[in-house]
Amino acid sequence: MSNFASRTAPRESALVRWSLTAGVLVFLGLFLVLPLAAVIAEALGAGLRVYWESITEPDALSALRLTFLVAAIAVPLNMVFGVCAAWAIAKFRFRGRGLLLTLIDLPLAVSPVVSGMVYVLLFGLHGWFGPWLRERDIEIIFALPGIVLATIFVTFPYVARELIPLMEAQGNEQEEAALVLGASGLQTFVRVTLPNIKWGLLYGVILCNARAMGEFGAVSVVSGHIRGKTNTLPLHVEILYNEYNTAAAFACASLLAMLGLVTLVAKQVVGRLARGAQDDGVGSELLAGGGAR
Amino acid sequence: MGLTLGVTVTYLSLIVLLPLAALSHRAWGAGWGAFVDAAQSPRIVSALGLSFGAALVAAAFNAVAGLAVAWVLVRYSFPGKRLVDALIDLPFAMPTAVSGIALTAIYAPNGWVGGLLEPLGIQIAYTRWGILIALIFIGLPFVVRTIQPALEEIEAEVEEAAASLGASRWATFRRVLLPALFPAILTGFGLAMARGIGEYGSVIFIAGNKPNETEIAPLLIMMRLEEFNYAGAAVIAVAMLVMSFGLLLAVNLGQWWWGRRMKGVRA
Repeated sequence: MSNFASRTAPRESALVRWSLTAGVLVFLGLFLVLPLAAVIAEALGAGLRVYWESITEPDALSALRLTFLVAAIAVPLNMVFGVCAAWAIAKFRFRGRGLLLTLIDLPLAVSPVVSGMVYVLLFGLHGWFGPWLRERDIEIIFALPGIVLATIFVTFPYVARELIPLMEAQGNEQEEAALVLGASGLQTFVRVTLPNIKWGLLYGVILCNARAMGEFGAVSVVSGHIRGKTNTLPLHVEILYNEYNTAAAFACASLLAMLGLVTLVAKQVVGRLARGAQDDGVGSELLAGGGAR
Repeated sequence: MGLTLGVTVTYLSLIVLLPLAALSHRAWGAGWGAFVDAAQSPRIVSALGLSFGAALVAAAFNAVAGLAVAWVLVRYSFPGKRLVDALIDLPFAMPTAVSGIALTAIYAPNGWVGGLLEPLGIQIAYTRWGILIALIFIGLPFVVRTIQPALEEIEAEVEEAAASLGASRWATFRRVLLPALFPAILTGFGLAMARGIGEYGSVIFIAGNKPNETEIAPLLIMMRLEEFNYAGAAVIAVAMLVMSFGLLLAVNLGQWWWGRRMKGVRA
């Protein structure tokens, strides 16, 4: 963190410091704390019984199940992809590397609605493969595969983006040493690379999972909003809200808000562990250097 | 190398390239006429203008507010600072639909803040102000998280030198710190605005969605898709992509121009 507090660097007058801090805290309170408080207040506003009934009602439970199912498919796939992509991009130099990086960042620059829509253009009723799929009775759009595809699209950058800078910084020496000593490629990856990147990987997976479970726009396009069937939890919240069933909408929203808070806490914890591991890494490297000398 | 690169390229081809090909094919198939028609449709032009304009204003606001937040978090200490710092990522972590209905509840005429403003004749929810509020919420972390590390890197010596040469605190900020932070502020601004142009979940609940007034471009795409008008949807989507890439290009040009200018100053 910053070392300004301990330094004798020039500082603003107490009045400026105080009013700036107060202004920022009021702004953050209004924009960050208030929405969180509103979710809790609205969710519990109609009483605990209504809250409990809203989150245990069959449609809500099926939406919750679908949300978990989609994340359970999309997140591991994106984890494997993220590790492969980061490995190829960080450890090797090849033609088209820049293009690959751009493609990985693409979903972050595209509207979620467009992310969902591209799959409708492929697999929808009037899409490229629409008629072919219809003849064979295969459902992709307005069914689970479409929801999974749209979720994979919006969440695949997270793991790769977390790992690429990390793996680039670590270089190839350790892997090369392992290979020279006779380890196989897989052994090298599991024994050498994986321990080095585990915290970064976990960090990326946490971000990926939060987005996967909370995604709204992209999934909204491909889901078809069939109650109890293709509704994920965020879509269920929307339907309840549009039916003026506010208490139930906020009850389900509070589950998603909890997911957000757990994500924030997990991020902090993993971030701290990663920094600790980094310090250890520096220490062991110094030790190794001393031994070699 | 061969295996991982193969997996990466195959995955990207299936997940990204193939769908993008379908999008460009659909827009191409619609022909120039469709783009000309869209450019003459007041509803489409207004929706695209709103998505772009609101994202621009919200990102500009966030550039200033985000700088203040980053400054306070890096330079000052106060009780609960670590908690506040962690909370900055809330808009990233919270599903957008939840943020959307929460903001609507607060700013609706019977909400906590909306109720206070209503007697004054100010309405936020279901107007363009509501869209701005949602985009400020969603864009804030982008700006704070890009400025924070840049601010931490600035050496105290630079400011000490400015102060010993007689510069006031404000002059030091304006002439020394702000130029050093400019690239980070610009990057944060660009990220926040790119997100704002395409934002859907947090906006549609609070926007009111009146055609020509508070209807954003992603919603219009949604409606075209529901009518199975794929070509019409693809045309708006391509227009949005062009706006986003234009923005990225402008931000990169800005960085390049600033870098050259700074070199000139030093020489």
